[in-house]
Amino acid sequence: MKLKDKLLSSFLAFENQVDIDSYVHDIRSEAIKNFEIKGFPSKKDEAWKYTSLNKILKEDYSVFAKDAEALDYKEVKKYFVHDIDSYKIVFVDGKYSSQLSETTHDGIDVCLMSSVLNKPKYHLIIENYFNKLASKEDSLASLNTAFSREGAFIHIPKNKMAQKPIQIVHFSTGNEAALMLQPRNLIIADEHSHVQIIERHQSLTTHPVLTNSVTEIFAGKRAFVDYYKVQNDKENASLIDNTYIKQKGDSNVSLHTFSFGGKLIRNNLNYYQHGEHIDSTLKGVTIIGDKQHVDHNTLVHHIEPNCESHQDYKGIFSDGATGVFNGKVIVEKEAQKTNAFQANNNLLISDKATINTKPQLEIFADDVRCTHGCTIGQLDESALFYMRSRGIPEKEARALLMYAFANNVLESVRIPELKKNINKLIANKLGVNIGFDL
Amino acid sequence: MSKYTEDDLREELKTKEYEYGFYTDIESDTFPIGLNEDIVRAISKKKEEPEWMTEWRLDAFKIWKTMTEPDWSNVDYEKPDFQDISYYSAPNSKPKYNSLDEVDPELLDTFNRLGISLDEQKKLAGVAMDVVIDSVSVATTFKKTLAEKGIIFCSISEAIKEHPELVKKYIGTVVPKTDNFYAALNSAVFSDGSFCYIPKGVRCPMELSTYFRINQAGTGQFERTLVIADKGSYVSYLEGCTAPSRDENQLHAAIVELIALDDAEIKYSTVQNWFPGNSEGKGGVYNFVTKRGLCEKNSKISWTQVETGSAVTWKYPSCILKGDNSVGEFYSIAVTNNFQQADTGTKMIHLGKNTKSTIISKGISAGKSQNSYRGLVHVSSRAENARNFSQCDSLLMGNECGAHTFPYIEVKNKTAQIEHEATTSKIGEDQIFYCNQRGIDTEKAIALIVNGFSKEVLNKLPMEFAVEAQKLLEISLEGSVG
Repeated sequence: MKLKDKLLSSFLAFENQVDIDSYVHDIRSEAIKNFEIKGFPSKKDEAWKYTSLNKILKEDYSVFAKDAEALDYKEVKKYFVHDIDSYKIVFVDGKYSSQLSETTHDGIDVCLMSSVLNKPKYHLIIENYFNKLASKEDSLASLNTAFSREGAFIHIPKNKMAQKPIQIVHFSTGNEAALMLQPRNLIIADEHSHVQIIERHQSLTTHPVLTNSVTEIFAGKRAFVDYYKVQNDKENASLIDNTYIKQKGDSNVSLHTFSFGGKLIRNNLNYYQHGEHIDSTLKGVTIIGDKQHVDHNTLVHHIEPNCESHQDYKGIFSDGATGVFNGKVIVEKEAQKTNAFQANNNLLISDKATINTKPQLEIFADDVRCTHGCTIGQLDESALFYMRSRGIPEKEARALLMYAFANNVLESVRIPELKKNINKLIANKLGVNIGFDL
Repeated sequence: MSKYTEDDLREELKTKEYEYGFYTDIESDTFPIGLNEDIVRAISKKKEEPEWMTEWRLDAFKIWKTMTEPDWSNVDYEKPDFQDISYYSAPNSKPKYNSLDEVDPELLDTFNRLGISLDEQKKLAGVAMDVVIDSVSVATTFKKTLAEKGIIFCSISEAIKEHPELVKKYIGTVVPKTDNFYAALNSAVFSDGSFCYIPKGVRCPMELSTYFRINQAGTGQFERTLVIADKGSYVSYLEGCTAPSRDENQLHAAIVELIALDDAEIKYSTVQNWFPGNSEGKGGVYNFVTKRGLCEKNSKISWTQVETGSAVTWKYPSCILKGDNSVGEFYSIAVTNNFQQADTGTKMIHLGKNTKSTIISKGISAGKSQNSYRGLVHVSSRAENARNFSQCDSLLMGNECGAHTFPYIEVKNKTAQIEHEATTSKIGEDQIFYCNQRGIDTEKAIALIVNGFSKEVLNKLPMEFAVEAQKLLEISLEGSVG
């Protein structure tokens, strides 16, 4: 059976499993209808011109996972940023693992989407926030909405600060021959609050996994949200990550995406600025090889005046890897004095690697400063020679240059332990040990 | 002048009427409206074309019927009704003239009002003019000089008759009939256009130039241009256009094919100033043109365009860099005002080794217009050491217009070096203040800044054309260009 048909028929079974709250029920039914009409996106859609889902949709994914055995923390410790104290929301095959998690309701809410969807006391939150940002047009976001049941819920009330970073980790155990996961996260940072979040998807075996995740983030006035996505999954894991961010005046949201692993990764990152003096940051480092495919599809919608956005994506592509960058900046005519910056720099290491990039500007206001730049090139031979003439072996010299290339993005990581962790991942990926931290 | 601000300029731009909007009343020989096989045959017959050409047209017509009109561009317009267009129109008095005295005085007057004085240009600029009024060439000058060098410069219908071997070999090789909806349409119904062949090793001694002009109400203009530069030759080709005011939308779907063989160089410059519609956005020309050049080894094709007219402009002069060491260049100024829309840019397809391309695109939008740059840089896996530099700058005047950039970059070879940068800005108050301080009034200051903004491209135009380009810029941005 085709995946689309399977999902459509599973929806009825799914509806019977979840408590039918009439409000969410309507949203789900609406969403599945949209998915039924549109189906999975194909290369004919302009937004999917360079990324084909055909290959990964061929697998016979289980839509509902069997209960997996509990995981031992020692075995999976390495997938956490474990040398800092943090809240943890951990899911195993899409189900919440209380034993690995550390949640809280003390002043702030760091808990589960399922309890928010089911408990009456959260009803207002659901009505005010749930599915308010996620695109109702996009078929993949709709699919997630239809099956939304579990995920992370984070609510930082006014003037509060999350004392430690929050880690959201999704494990897949390989209990199923092939598994499809659809986590749904809701993050609300009220006025003048502060939160740091690290998100990671990790499969523990090489069984195929397809994750179609939706995250909605609401940043209130003067709120500060610092979000990190670490994508270093096994070779058969694919991820479609849809993130929607709504910012109010004077807020600051920054999101870093580190894509090193997985078979196919598609990041749909959307920022909507509702207020003045907003700062939005989108940064990413992509280092991939083999036949991996990473696609960054970003949107920054400048709606009101005096806002800024900074985009900086770096990519290093070797072997038969494919990189796609599609960055879109829209400046509405009211959004005067906007300062939008977009950069996409790429290194091509092998003959079989491909880069498709489309940095796109749509500007309707005249008093703005919008720039974008995009480069594709190679490592500087004279710089390599310089280092080699000083006794640095070629491999290390190359790695050093690549580090330097990616450093702009790494520099702005605000959690030192995470930075260290990512440096290690990069060193692993490049197969060198440089012996110092950047 | 007391105080001239940007608002005044904007006001002036809004109210500025199209100066060259007039209509020459020449009796025309016009076909009934509509399109079917018979019309295609009739056009072919009218042009006294050989059998193979008629078949070629009919084949294109069959392809066209299976195609649908594309709608992916960032422009919004009322789709033309293809059955409501007359596909052929030629001025009635059509003997070939040897001297200007024989030419219909009304025609000469038209040229004079356009600022193209044939005799003056003949003397001053040394430009051979192949003047096209509604599809049929009525005056060709300097033909003798060209003939001495072996250069063929004539209308395409003449070339079909006199040089069928060349036309047959090259027509449709760069822009195939199946390329797109408008290319198929043009291949079926093209009325006339220019043909140019430069023999081996010849450097064309003068700038070749044609003026297109849409004249008869309700006739679409389907020009077809074919330029072939044989090995080691050089040619600079100019094309410029103006069209009279008319309320109906007029469709212009031309094809330009350039072929630069080994070591050849073609420089193709366009100044386009067709009727852009009035200040309410009514009327104006639809300019849907397919322009493409093919570069063989060590050859070079350079496109320069100044686009100030047309209600809707939708074109991408492209280079296929097939041969090793070939070079493609694209320099463009696109000015949109009132309700004009432009979706223009280029495609650089790098196939050969050590190929280079440069893209400089300047967009100026005023009024309620929309100006888009859409470009593709493609480096195939065999194109070693490909090099591209792209720069797209947009200047916005007023907050009712829009500037859009859609650069597509596809690279499949690691030795490629690609740079792309784009900026969007308005005329800075500090820049104007700086000029004011030095005694330059605001109007002159704006002119200075706009001039400076477009200079990189204006510089690329041949001398003879630069003046014309300046004139045309003036119409679009009257009061801002000095």
